[in-house]
Amino acid sequence: MSVLSCRGLRKEFSGHVVLDGLDLDVAEHEVVALIGASGSGKSTLLRCVNLLEEIDDGTIHLDGEHITDPRVNPDRVRQRIGIVFQSYNLFPHMTVLDNVTLAPRRVHRRERAAAEAQARELLARVGLAEKAGAYPDRLSGGQQQRVAIVRALVNSPRLMLLDEVTSALDPELVGEVLTMIRDLKAQGMTMVLATHEMGFARQVADRVCFLDGGKVIEQGPPEQVFATPTHPRTRQFLHRIIEAGRL
Amino acid sequence: MRTAQQPRSEAARERTVHRRRQTVRSVLIAAGSTGVLGTLLVVAVTGAPGWDRVRASFFDPGIARAALPEILAGLWLNVRLLFFCAFGALALGLVVALLRTLRGPVFFPVRALATGYTYTFRGLPLIIVLYVLTLGVPGLRLQGMPSVLVLGGIALVITYSGYLAEVFRAGIESVHPSQWAAARSLGLTYRQTMRHVVLPQAVRRVAPPLLNDTVALQKDVGLVSLAGPIDAVRAAQIATADTFNYTPYIVAGVLFVLLAIPLIAVTDWVTLRAARRQAGG
Ligand SMILES: Nc1ncnc2c1ncn2[C@@H]1O[C@H](COP(=O)(O)OP(=O)(O)OP(=O)(O)O)[C@@H](O)[C@H]1O
Ligand SMILES: [Mg+2]
Repeated sequence: MSVLSCRGLRKEFSGHVVLDGLDLDVAEHEVVALIGASGSGKSTLLRCVNLLEEIDDGTIHLDGEHITDPRVNPDRVRQRIGIVFQSYNLFPHMTVLDNVTLAPRRVHRRERAAAEAQARELLARVGLAEKAGAYPDRLSGGQQQRVAIVRALVNSPRLMLLDEVTSALDPELVGEVLTMIRDLKAQGMTMVLATHEMGFARQVADRVCFLDGGKVIEQGPPEQVFATPTHPRTRQFLHRIIEAGRL
Repeated sequence: MRTAQQPRSEAARERTVHRRRQTVRSVLIAAGSTGVLGTLLVVAVTGAPGWDRVRASFFDPGIARAALPEILAGLWLNVRLLFFCAFGALALGLVVALLRTLRGPVFFPVRALATGYTYTFRGLPLIIVLYVLTLGVPGLRLQGMPSVLVLGGIALVITYSGYLAEVFRAGIESVHPSQWAAARSLGLTYRQTMRHVVLPQAVRRVAPPLLNDTVALQKDVGLVSLAGPIDAVRAAQIATADTFNYTPYIVAGVLFVLLAIPLIAVTDWVTLRAARRQAGG
């Protein structure tokens, strides 16, 4: 059974249709990369899956549960999905440790000591042990983004959504975040990631989905989509990317 | 973190010496210009043809000493009123702001009420609210009517919470939507997000204007004396009427400034700290 299943998703912003009958399935332990031109709706799709946006039509199932049913409590659903944003969105008034333990303590009502012990362990695993007491503005972009990933991970999500998690980073800081995502993949985390970096998609994704006109118009293993794209729009897009030197 | 170190290179040492010399020079210039300006002012005022008359009717030490106890007693009323009204207005202002930011059709009436509240009491002059509450309400002759002092305090709280609510609301709305998204995506509810993520950032950001309004409140609490209770200014007025001398007003004025200094100092300190945080330093 798939972890995530989207059927006929439709989302418009005041008449501007962004998602137009989109279908997407993600199997357990699978890593799916969303690619597509700027404005093709990658971020919108991720925000819809996390119920941060209300869809206009279609259904989303998480582990077989219909989560776009209006009777479902969205707060409960979001606890099972982690999302990481391009701009980190750490809470600037809290230390790294408080950022990471906020959800365990307030949402899952865990004891402070237990939550902090777990958070410190996770931070140590990504080399941020000594940053636990620091405020986000004292961290580099790469460190902030790793904290944001840890913050999403403490909820032990079934599904991780990563929205261009490396695009705000200097090239030399991208590596540390990519390593972390590769580790997550090795641990079997199911992930959907939106990216402009085809190299990244090629390295970590099991499957690449090309979004255009509000739909997934081509998908397959990265080698296949990048080497022998079948749809003319995909070819056009990849051609532009190659010209820009990003493949 | 850089610690104080002995400069190592010749160039660095020279820079330090130069900077120290610059500092000494600016201190000397500041002291000199202050002295000149102060002397000029004193000469201008004391040399004025009417100075003797003004000194007699505004700066009479004997009258100042005689009026001081009454004025201090009045000032104590100001202090107590300020304390309770500041807390009351901050609390009520926060509540009104939170009600105004609620989203969703269910909350339409509450939202409309809160909006109407801020519109009304920011528009209505404090004196009118004060008269209605302290002169009109007791006229109802209800059982258990609070004293005029309490009613006056309520008038202040109502008026100031209208302003403070808007300050709080501005702070809440200045927190970027991505902070909401980040908190909600972790499974926090609207209330938890507001309480743990949005409000702490909002309050920090608007602390300077909030404190500024509190300084303004300190001057307005005296208006309750229009309804009878004797505050510092009213006490000075009574003393002036007794002696036909304005010195009591000067005494009250000095006391007010002294009272305001700590509050203003705190405001400046908070503003500076907020500015530093904004700069990321
Ligand atoms: N809250 C919103 N209100 C109105 N329009 C929006 C909103 N969010 C997104 N859009 C529009 O939806 C379209 C898709 O945006 P989206 O951010 O999903 O694209 P994207 O594929 O993530 O692009 P990028 O690669 O630049 O991040 C864009 O045209 C954008 O202007
Ligand atoms: Mg995007």
